[in-house]
Amino acid sequence: MQPGALSKALKNGAIWGFIVLELIFFSVAGEFMSLSDTAFMDWENMLLLLKQSAPIGIIAMGMTIVMVNGNIDLSVGATFAIAAIILLDSMTWPFMAAMGDWAIPFAWLFALIVGTLLGALNGLLVWKTGVDAFIVTLGSMLGYRGIVFMFNGENPTSHLNWTLVDFAEAEFLGIATASWFLLAATGAMWFLMTKTVHGRNAYAIGDNREAAVNAGIRVGPHMMINFAIIGFLAALSAVVFYSESGSVNPNDGQLYELWVITAVVLGGTKITGGAGSVIGTFGGVIAIQLLRKGLGHIGADTSTVNLVIGLILIAVLFLDRQLNVKGKEALKV
Amino acid sequence: MTDTKPILRLDGIVKTFPGVRALDGVSFAVMPGEVHALMGENGAGKSTLMKVLGGIHQPDGGAIYMGDEQVVMSGPLEAKAKGIVFIHQELSLAEELTVAENIYLGELPRKSFGRVDWKTLAEKTNAILKKLRVGFDALTRVGDLSIANQQMVEIARALTVDAKAVIFDEPTASLTDAEKVVLFDVISDLKADGVGIIYISHRMEEIFKITDRISVLRDGQYQGTVATPETDEERVTQMMIGRKLDLTRNASHHELGDVALEVRGLSCGKLYTDISFEVRRGEVVGFYGLVGAGRTEIAETLFGLRDPSAGQILLDGEEVRLNSPVDAIARGISLVPEDRKGQGLVLGMNCRDNMTLPQVDDLTAGPFVAEGAEVAIFDQYRDQLDIRTPGWRARVGNLSGGNQQKIVIGKWLSMHPSLLIVDEPTRGIDVGSKSEIHKLLRGLAAKGYAVMVISSEMPEVLHVSDRIVAMYSGRIMRTFTSDEVTEDSLIQAISGLGGDGKAA
Amino acid sequence: MATLSKQKIGSVLAKQGILIAFAVFIVAFTLANNKFLTVDNVFSVVRSSAILGVMALGVTFVVISGNLDLSVGSMMSFSTIVVLDLHDKIGPFLAIPAMFAMTLCLGAFIGILVGYLRLNSLIVTLGMLSAIHGLTLTYSGGQNMDIADKEGTWFSVFGQGTALGIPVPILIFALLAAVLGLMLSRTPFGRKVYAVGGNGTAATFSGIRRARTVFMCYILSAFCVATAGLIQASRSLGSQNTVGQGLELEVLAAVILGGASLMGGSGTIFKTVIGVLILGFIQNGLLLLGLQFYVQYVVTWVIIILAVWLDIAAKRGRLWSPIA
Repeated sequence: MQPGALSKALKNGAIWGFIVLELIFFSVAGEFMSLSDTAFMDWENMLLLLKQSAPIGIIAMGMTIVMVNGNIDLSVGATFAIAAIILLDSMTWPFMAAMGDWAIPFAWLFALIVGTLLGALNGLLVWKTGVDAFIVTLGSMLGYRGIVFMFNGENPTSHLNWTLVDFAEAEFLGIATASWFLLAATGAMWFLMTKTVHGRNAYAIGDNREAAVNAGIRVGPHMMINFAIIGFLAALSAVVFYSESGSVNPNDGQLYELWVITAVVLGGTKITGGAGSVIGTFGGVIAIQLLRKGLGHIGADTSTVNLVIGLILIAVLFLDRQLNVKGKEALKV
Repeated sequence: MTDTKPILRLDGIVKTFPGVRALDGVSFAVMPGEVHALMGENGAGKSTLMKVLGGIHQPDGGAIYMGDEQVVMSGPLEAKAKGIVFIHQELSLAEELTVAENIYLGELPRKSFGRVDWKTLAEKTNAILKKLRVGFDALTRVGDLSIANQQMVEIARALTVDAKAVIFDEPTASLTDAEKVVLFDVISDLKADGVGIIYISHRMEEIFKITDRISVLRDGQYQGTVATPETDEERVTQMMIGRKLDLTRNASHHELGDVALEVRGLSCGKLYTDISFEVRRGEVVGFYGLVGAGRTEIAETLFGLRDPSAGQILLDGEEVRLNSPVDAIARGISLVPEDRKGQGLVLGMNCRDNMTLPQVDDLTAGPFVAEGAEVAIFDQYRDQLDIRTPGWRARVGNLSGGNQQKIVIGKWLSMHPSLLIVDEPTRGIDVGSKSEIHKLLRGLAAKGYAVMVISSEMPEVLHVSDRIVAMYSGRIMRTFTSDEVTEDSLIQAISGLGGDGKAA
Repeated sequence: MATLSKQKIGSVLAKQGILIAFAVFIVAFTLANNKFLTVDNVFSVVRSSAILGVMALGVTFVVISGNLDLSVGSMMSFSTIVVLDLHDKIGPFLAIPAMFAMTLCLGAFIGILVGYLRLNSLIVTLGMLSAIHGLTLTYSGGQNMDIADKEGTWFSVFGQGTALGIPVPILIFALLAAVLGLMLSRTPFGRKVYAVGGNGTAATFSGIRRARTVFMCYILSAFCVATAGLIQASRSLGSQNTVGQGLELEVLAAVILGGASLMGGSGTIFKTVIGVLILGFIQNGLLLLGLQFYVQYVVTWVIIILAVWLDIAAKRGRLWSPIA
């Protein structure tokens, strides 16, 4: 039991240890290699980092419960783009335009509803057809992206509303709006996954689906709700981000699914489901953003970021395997 | 007991699967406060019957009654709501969750906003755990418990609801004696509360210790119910297998050849220790013991699937190192594994491809597989083993258990091994195929094969073996010749009693 | 009797559903537009599907062995950029083998991780998607890669040439499909791929070297990717770093459309080719009907889900899943 406990402690704390290592490395390396005068561990810099983590981070919270549940969602990037277009496009609709700034809450609401429905549609398909979530969401990733293009072809959709921009750029207690949304999403998902019956059942389904079925847990509705949640969070992420930027390209959100899954796996969620935590995912999101910023800080370009993150993902998987390795007497199959 | 009404009654249940009549008019009833044993060989239909009862399968005919009322079980949830609780043999637990969450899986107590009421949950769970006298508490992670303790968690589930009927499916398979005592106490408590208990087990001594009545299934058919005090093991066995238990020893002896395999002081961690034996050509050596005694692990080591921590393996007098099945096969070792579907066959592949899989590299014409040669091999062993299939193109997954097993045996015979190891060769196979396979094993020995047979069925080892190695807890307790062996001495040896300590 | 014939129809549909769907498409598009089934148009469809198709051949092996490869898109970008760069530096004769060698190294790396170290292929190839993209950017310095003398090189033959009146990309695709098709269906290696994907434990218990088999599948996949990169580079003689981005999912879509199960153990090269052609003809047919390219995305979505759904519905004998 002792080595098991050790490996578990290592695994649970690993992501935070990794973050600390990153901070130390970039601070020290930054002294020698950085062109800028500001230190890496600057408070402002860290706050900015939190804000920049928000778009991926908010979606990653949804991906955590979907993956813990034993599924995966590849369509989040496309959902993100659709929600962004709904948000910006809806404000130009005649009846909305007539409402002035009162259109804002409606635009938000429309975007969030659409995101939730798209997520729920994935869930419904997984539930009712029995097709693997990977395939269903691979398909809807294409399909939803097609829908994105239907709005405005290959042209960007833009609508700048200064009230909206002011809100998005506002800071409360020194923390940006986007960061607040990230923290709120993290808190809400933490509550859902650790404190509620739905959350605990999601773990049970991902851990041992047959046992959950035998115990009378309805697997289908749980999966659908979780897909609706990730759809909602993808839309929320879009709403927060595009309130500020005011313009969306039809290709926006591409590869988000990869970043999100990377963050979730780095944060210790099991690919096969049943284990993982929102707090770990939060760590994973921060770790990735730190890496991007840190590498930028010491003068490395995007290419290095991609390379390093890819290899770290594989390294994490490898370490996890080594820590869980069975005794020498195990069957070699 | 006759004037009380049964708490649960099954009447003429029929269940067919494509090609199989799994249950054929099965009826039986459980009284309140009764422990009712359900017995039958593997494949007799016990688990199908329980799945019908639990609503996982819908019956094609017949009815289920609770009290006077006919009920339809639409699913596990409904069965549970009606007070029927299953204690599964395969652990049905979510390892990452706590003991409490597992025990109340699917019915966690709620507070407002769908929150889990952790306090109530822990209290209720700890109360149950106290009754079970286990050494862990409600908040322990299930994955951190031993298998036996996990089984206790499974059992604890029976105590959560106001159960009317509890079904125990092989509950003692992984329990120690002390834990068994606790389990039997729990059962007698339930019994005192008027709960009806269905107890599925192969272990006769348990059946006769705790049950009131015994119902027997054979090949999906109900064979009758007897009161436990009025019967004995022999009669129950006879009901199960349809004839008297054939405990005849192997009588045919033939000339033994050289030593094909010799094992000296072989150990593998905690799995088995200091194992020494030899197998000659023309000899069948039976390995008998309880599940977990280390027999399968020895076979896997000989097949290159486990690394021994000490000891030597000698083939034809020459010491060998077997690092993988590839090595073992190259040395002329074949293993018919224990788990036919998991280890023996690729169920989605056709019969021919499964049979020729280990030698597909050698059956080539140019760069391609020589399909003609493959079909020839398949035909040869289909005829020799009397495998009934529509043709070599049939998917192995669609065959019956007996024919599947013959495909696996054919696969390894076609390799012309010098040592054939068969692990539980007749598990889950009908009686007819069983005796065919026994005959086949004897025939192989007569042709000069060295054969190791691992079995948990005493009639089987007695029937086919020239010598019997009795194992207990990773050690060889004693080796018998077929002339000197008696049932009693064999049972004593595998229970860790009475072995004279003389290893091999 | 009625139910029996119904079952039979169901099983025929399940087995040949993809072919039937393909035929229906061809007929429908031909009726809708008389340009659809002309030699020129068919050639143009197959030629434009060739890159996707060549990659799908390799991924078919990986999927049948029970794994995934999400890195083929970014690996293809890598091959394209590398061969274009080396073309001007060491000449096409050396550039092509050098590029193949480098791409095979990447395939071998993945093969070791997934085959020998038994790491989850989804995550490994996801990581490699990102890592190889980074590698490509580092290699090219983020710049587009162009051949200096676009007119004077014979290198364009792989993407633009014709032989016997047939475009070379089609010939390469057809040749590879034939060779790999035979390899999968007729050789001992192909048999082992099915066995490992169908039941890896049973394959090990039958003396098959599981790790080596999986490793070889990734090598094959990398070889196909390198070929696709060669065609791409030769066709355009210049490329962005992201030329293969997103292709991994289209490739996977084609393989799944062809009926390979993500669980492993089933699928054929022939069906994958049909899957590739269906995607190509849908794209082309919708364009001929005057519809925008993105309609194709939506149609593909519907087709993928329908195809897989009907496939498993036929296997389980009921349309809706039994999930409670």
